[in-house]
Amino acid sequence: MYNSIVLVKQVPDTANISGKVMKDDGTVNRSMLPAIFNFEDVVALELALQVKDKFGGKVTAITMGPPRASDILRECLYMGADEVYLISDRKFAGADTLATSYVLSETIKYIGKFDFVFGGRQAIDGDTAQVGPQTAEKLGIPQVTYVEKILDVKAGKAKIRKKIEGGYEIVESKLPVLLTVVKEAVDPRPFKAKKVMRYKNAKSLTDLEKITEGNSLLYIDKLVFEYKERNLFIPTLTMDDLKLDAERCGVKGSPTKVYKVESVVLAGGSHIKVEANKDGIGTLIDNLLEDHILG
Amino acid sequence: MAKQTNEVWVFIEQRNGKPADVSYELLSKGRKLADNMNGVLKAVVIGSGVREIAIETFRFGVDEVLLAEHSDLKMYKTIPYSRILNNLIKEHTPRIVLFGASIIGRDLAPCVASNTKSGLTADCTDLQISDVEYLKVKYEKLLLQIRPAFGGNIIATIITPDNPVQMATVREGVMEKHIVNNPKQPKITEIPYVHDDSDSLIEILEQHREESKVNLKAAPIIVAGGYGLGTKGNFKLIYDLAKVLGAEVAGSRAAVDAGFVTPDRQVGQTGVTVRPKLYIAVGISGAIQHRAGMQEANKIISINTDPNAPIFDISHYAIAGDAKDVIPMFIESYKNKLK
Repeated sequence: MYNSIVLVKQVPDTANISGKVMKDDGTVNRSMLPAIFNFEDVVALELALQVKDKFGGKVTAITMGPPRASDILRECLYMGADEVYLISDRKFAGADTLATSYVLSETIKYIGKFDFVFGGRQAIDGDTAQVGPQTAEKLGIPQVTYVEKILDVKAGKAKIRKKIEGGYEIVESKLPVLLTVVKEAVDPRPFKAKKVMRYKNAKSLTDLEKITEGNSLLYIDKLVFEYKERNLFIPTLTMDDLKLDAERCGVKGSPTKVYKVESVVLAGGSHIKVEANKDGIGTLIDNLLEDHILG
Repeated sequence: MAKQTNEVWVFIEQRNGKPADVSYELLSKGRKLADNMNGVLKAVVIGSGVREIAIETFRFGVDEVLLAEHSDLKMYKTIPYSRILNNLIKEHTPRIVLFGASIIGRDLAPCVASNTKSGLTADCTDLQISDVEYLKVKYEKLLLQIRPAFGGNIIATIITPDNPVQMATVREGVMEKHIVNNPKQPKITEIPYVHDDSDSLIEILEQHREESKVNLKAAPIIVAGGYGLGTKGNFKLIYDLAKVLGAEVAGSRAAVDAGFVTPDRQVGQTGVTVRPKLYIAVGISGAIQHRAGMQEANKIISINTDPNAPIFDISHYAIAGDAKDVIPMFIESYKNKLK
């Protein structure tokens, strides 16, 4: 039996950005961007679930994010996670990877005993691949990055295949260990219809507060109690809940600062149009031969 | 807070005694940064049987090498390597520490940054030294860490103004390596290594790797295919054209992800940066991340069915057409003219 904690992130869908999403001043209109479950984190969750399928144990998914990140926690439940936590606080805003890994590592300590921490190799908004290793460092546990496969787990050790340039390594790590997973590792399982039906109404405190807004007949404490009874309450952990040092959270705890941001301006260069026929291409090749680019 | 120094350090990555190109590229950049700060450039070399690499770094303008050699360090492992770096950094407080953004670099740098509580910016496409005013405070000679963000749609300049150590990773080919005219006399400082129990938490059981036979950076002519080719079968057109021209074959990230071509042939922000004499982009739309890897090519020809493809904006010659028609025409015409 092994317990896993999975680090997941909700990210803007940076692969599908249309012109409208960038404002004229070059800043991003985040509210317009569809938010998705970072794919490498989904793969990480799948590996955790496979460990659970094979050996038993509990899978807990956690995310540090704004209130709407509860969306991906629901998806974790649809896939089969046993427990989820939303780590959310205004004071976490603007966190770089150092501040984020501080919050995540403290949350993991708060949750309790674990054998594995899984995370996707990197998120598609920051693309740094830093949070995994930095979280491992703060927990004082070994890390294996670029994980492709878990080959075996026994006697307190995990045998793992990881990617390296031009090949792979097979390593053996004592538990607990943190693994960052590449997207090629495995195809994640689809949501189970039963679990979707069950958990689509799972809600966090903020989700419930939205329901009570403007409806004075609903009382928030009653709602929270009801959802807890039905096992549909997504717990939120704040800076105070975790007893964190404010100086190490959010912008305050981030040594890296964004000095400026510029939208990429396409260098409007002039190019020579070449007709896609024998003459056009023939002339092009003549030019290239003359300039000694070819030949 | 420790006092700031003017030292620029570069971690020299190696596998099986072979140094990574990116490390030497960073030495050349590090030399420029150090000169800008009236500072010194130091290389950190960790491994076993790597003294020759340590000596070679002086060709790129290094002032001193910090060398940790031990048989236990022969293969890269996170814990011992990061412990050595953490201790060195805490002892000497270098102003700047640079790593290649390779698999090793991205495993090692974040741990070191976390332990030393430093800021770390990944995948920088440019590094500069500048005086900066940020939130009404003036800073002198900060390292500007410039990188695309948000899927490559914006360029961000990151700074770490309040920490004595500034760290960054840079991908291969982004910087260029240069041998200096007057290398310094090798000065090697041995760093003692003592085994710690934590070094045994992870053991490497097997390593399987093949040196890539592909050297895109050295190729004078590159023919690159993109997702627009549609199928792996169509990618044969790229190989055919490359063979006739004596060129190397490359692909965009989308083409690699789709399995049209192997990852060691990927050109772009997350692949390799190239500066060939001639770059022929076929079925590549020209997303920022790809352009970052080839826009400095001497001559660029693009072939795309979409006349509005962004790649045309950075091309010298633009052919709006179908590769299936254009490439055979090109091959035939070229063969005829060479007769």
